[in-house]
Amino acid sequence: MNKIERINDFVIRFCNVNGSGSASANNLFAKAIFRLGVPVSPKNIFPSNIQGLPTWYEVRINEDGFLGRRGGIDITVAVNSQTLYGDYMDVRPGGYFIYDSTKPLPEKFQRDDISVIGIPLTTLCNEAFSNPKLRQLLKNIIYVGVLSSLLDLDFSVLTEAIKKQFKKKPKLAEPNILALEIGFSYAEEHYPDTCRLSVRKSDKLTDEIMMDGNSALGLGAVYAGATVTGWYPITPSTSVIEAFEKYSNLYRIEEETGRKKVAIIQAEDELAAIGIVIGASWNGARSFTATSGPGISLMAELLGLAYFAEIPVVLIDVQRTGPSTGMPTRTQQSDLLSCGYASHGDTKNILLFPCDPKECFEMGADAFDLAERLQTPIIIMSDLDLGMNDHISAPMRWNNKRKYDRGKVLSADDLENLKETWGRYLDVDGDGICYRTLPGSHPTRGAYFTRGTSHNQYAAYTEESSEYEANMKRLLVKWQTAQTLVPEPRIKIKDPEYNTGLIFYGTSTHAAYESISRFSREGLPINSMRVRAFPFQDEVIDFINNHKTVFIIEQNRDGQLRTMLINEGNIDPAKLQPILNIDGLPVAADFITRAIHASGFIPTPESLQEQHTTGEKQ
Amino acid sequence: MSYSRPGFRHPNEPANDAGYTRRDYEGAVSTLCAGCGHDSTTNAIIQACFELNVEPHRVVKVSGIGCSSKTPAYFLGKSHGFNSVHGRMPSIATGANMANRDLLYIGVSGDGDTASIGMGQFAHALRRNLNLNYICMNNGCYGLTKGQDSATADRGSAGKKGVPNPYESIDLCELAIELGASFVARGFSGDKRQLVPLIKGAMAHNGLAFIDVISPCVTFNNTSSSTKSYHYVREHIEATNAFDFVPLQQEILAHYEEGTSQEITMHDGSIIHLHKADSSKDVTNRLKAVNSLEKEKEKGRLLTGILYVNPEIEETHDIINSTLRPLNTLTEKDLCPGEEILEAINSALR
Ligand SMILES: Cc1ncc(C[n+]2csc(CCOP(=O)(O)OP(=O)(O)O)c2C)c(N)n1
Ligand code: SF4
Ligand SMILES: [Mg+2]
Repeated sequence: MNKIERINDFVIRFCNVNGSGSASANNLFAKAIFRLGVPVSPKNIFPSNIQGLPTWYEVRINEDGFLGRRGGIDITVAVNSQTLYGDYMDVRPGGYFIYDSTKPLPEKFQRDDISVIGIPLTTLCNEAFSNPKLRQLLKNIIYVGVLSSLLDLDFSVLTEAIKKQFKKKPKLAEPNILALEIGFSYAEEHYPDTCRLSVRKSDKLTDEIMMDGNSALGLGAVYAGATVTGWYPITPSTSVIEAFEKYSNLYRIEEETGRKKVAIIQAEDELAAIGIVIGASWNGARSFTATSGPGISLMAELLGLAYFAEIPVVLIDVQRTGPSTGMPTRTQQSDLLSCGYASHGDTKNILLFPCDPKECFEMGADAFDLAERLQTPIIIMSDLDLGMNDHISAPMRWNNKRKYDRGKVLSADDLENLKETWGRYLDVDGDGICYRTLPGSHPTRGAYFTRGTSHNQYAAYTEESSEYEANMKRLLVKWQTAQTLVPEPRIKIKDPEYNTGLIFYGTSTHAAYESISRFSREGLPINSMRVRAFPFQDEVIDFINNHKTVFIIEQNRDGQLRTMLINEGNIDPAKLQPILNIDGLPVAADFITRAIHASGFIPTPESLQEQHTTGEKQ
Repeated sequence: MSYSRPGFRHPNEPANDAGYTRRDYEGAVSTLCAGCGHDSTTNAIIQACFELNVEPHRVVKVSGIGCSSKTPAYFLGKSHGFNSVHGRMPSIATGANMANRDLLYIGVSGDGDTASIGMGQFAHALRRNLNLNYICMNNGCYGLTKGQDSATADRGSAGKKGVPNPYESIDLCELAIELGASFVARGFSGDKRQLVPLIKGAMAHNGLAFIDVISPCVTFNNTSSSTKSYHYVREHIEATNAFDFVPLQQEILAHYEEGTSQEITMHDGSIIHLHKADSSKDVTNRLKAVNSLEKEKEKGRLLTGILYVNPEIEETHDIINSTLRPLNTLTEKDLCPGEEILEAINSALR
């Protein structure tokens, strides 16, 4: 057998039962790798269930810093009897399979191309610990100890991590460290020199942080000065609001009174959630909500009101697998059309596409400036992978000199000194953005009646065709202005001949760059463009037109960004080759590489084919 | 905030203590059908605001969709208004109120807007006790879509089409009491003497004040077979109690004989004096309040007046312990934790 032999470059998968306390052990493992300075990306693959169903935790370790999914499993820790055989079969030839040998493996486990490592986890655990609740948790910690031995993973990093975790309850640290030691010694004794995968300290990571996108978005909203949120629980968006609340409880308490400088309302549904946001923004507070696909569908009518009545809205969509309830705990990028064009009538909404926690924080904050500047909904398109998994990212940054851009709002003084007649929907600056006023500002000036019905420049109801048309066209002028304000695309040119271009956005980014680097190693340069916003700037459309062949990677079935590009940029559909991943898992570099090869647009170097076999998917 | 008197006033029009004439509380000319109950309700709102010396620009008007929901355009033209979408007035009002707790919020809705499409939002604004004056102009039908039965239409009642409604009706007042509303009243657009003080009482209340105003639709539901017609309501109305509303600043002049009146001190110090015809009625007791409604209903009577008050209760801002300052006035200094704290957060994530 040819054992897989790698340093700081492999994929490990933990196969657990949901609700068995495996998360903290698995996080401990990933965090330890991170603290050794080695790029690592853990992905939770979990069911829509609270307890009992299978859950996987896939950790990619990659010295080169490629943090998307690679595809393929090199080493597996299998402690879920329900999926044992499948997990066993998924290990790549030459890989390693660790299992709880308290019970022997059934007959049919007959592979001879992998190393099987039996550890009597249950027995070891029960011998050492008597408390049944602790037993369940510590059994997981024991396998982390085992891994420390098998992978030469610095044991002290693990014990330090435990001590940090239980800083406030040092008593709890003791049994955890004991469990680590039990696993470590057992493996040292029974499986010395068995595993050829190892983790070494590296200097690849310097000031990076490890964080989930939802926490970064929630924190971004705190920094941006959001004060009102209405929300309704839905996976995978709930933790955005939880983070907002957590950070608000830390940083938004009025010193003198102990009162909160924030109003968080758990609404009765998503209609109310977005209604609260609209009401608050209309009344001059920065307000936002977070939801996922089903919530977007419910919010559609009110989003149209915000678009037409021109009210700032910040909405975070942490996308999951649709349609309908779909696979609620799996990831997808499939709400672009329903968000971009949410609501009946001619409506367009601004979309932002963050790709890592730092960008979640930045866009989470910038969205409020954009919303108030443009007086329209801004929808941040995150997804389950970005939102709920930990990612390594550059640290978040803030500048204390930064002032919020509150947009065109007339203050009491402005109203007092007003020379011309003010019209709520009068485009005096020619950028399509009009001046608004807030209730209570001035005794006699600036009051108006906001409505979702057709209105003229002075906010009065109108069914006059010319007035309706003029207003709708002005909204397009505003849309043009938006183009100059939203985040520009990230374009990387490696091929001055402009043969092949690759377009992607959000969580496809890491896997896309990895695939590009594989091609580049083979002497095939590919240019790339990461789209970061809708409306599209001219350079987005130019990038497509300038290339002979353009691929577009999306995590949806219908190529939704592709549809929008064709529609908005007047692109010949044949020009855009879709690469679509819809299995509910984050797209893998293997998948993209294969798809580009399969398209026949690029010659296939043999080396590439054999080196990266197909990814497994459940 | 500067507070100056409005520029133009008719020389002969009397001004209230805040310096505004009744006209300052008016809005655009109504486009509703002549005789529509909603216009009378609108007038009662104007009168109540005038009598209470409300500063018009410190009022926010929010509504849903329907003939009733159009009325905020017809009163308080110097106030900001928001005619939102069907059934969602309570959430818009919630957001607006969260943003600035210092203004006076009037929410206008219809029976279709409240009892059908907006039932969820109605219920939840009540249970959160939002500081809102929620006025439902109840005509038992969908006026704006041409007269279909609404969920408050009584069983057997028939509108213009002549087909009796086969379904049970929803009594919004009973429901409101059960859902935890802290001020519940019913009025009739045709009885301004009762309706104006009801609205004033609601405005003095800290929390959600719900007023169900029977407000007949002359075009679609004013038939002899309708229980929401002017005629029927006049014949079957029953007042819980006569009452006086005494605003904070005013001296109590009337004399009440012991045992014949119940005195309720509102949050802002105003006092409501109820003259009790029947000692079994107690508007501070939920159970008795619901019983009274049901008893009158059994007799075929429609109970109006103040039905239930709980002046002690906390409103949403108190419940969530938010700052007493309007959230929309807070600045970077109040809100942004700054770069040093962000650096500490980054460190903790390493
Ligand atoms: C989502 C939605 N569905 C339906 C309508 C059509 N619609 C407009 S007003 C209305 C009913 C209004 O009834 P009510 O609230 O009782 O007001 P009224 O006109 O009787 O005062 C309906 C169904 C709408 N505007 N929006
Ligand atoms: S249709 Fe009925 S409710 Fe609507 S304005 Fe006319 S009378 Fe009033
Ligand atoms: Mg109605």
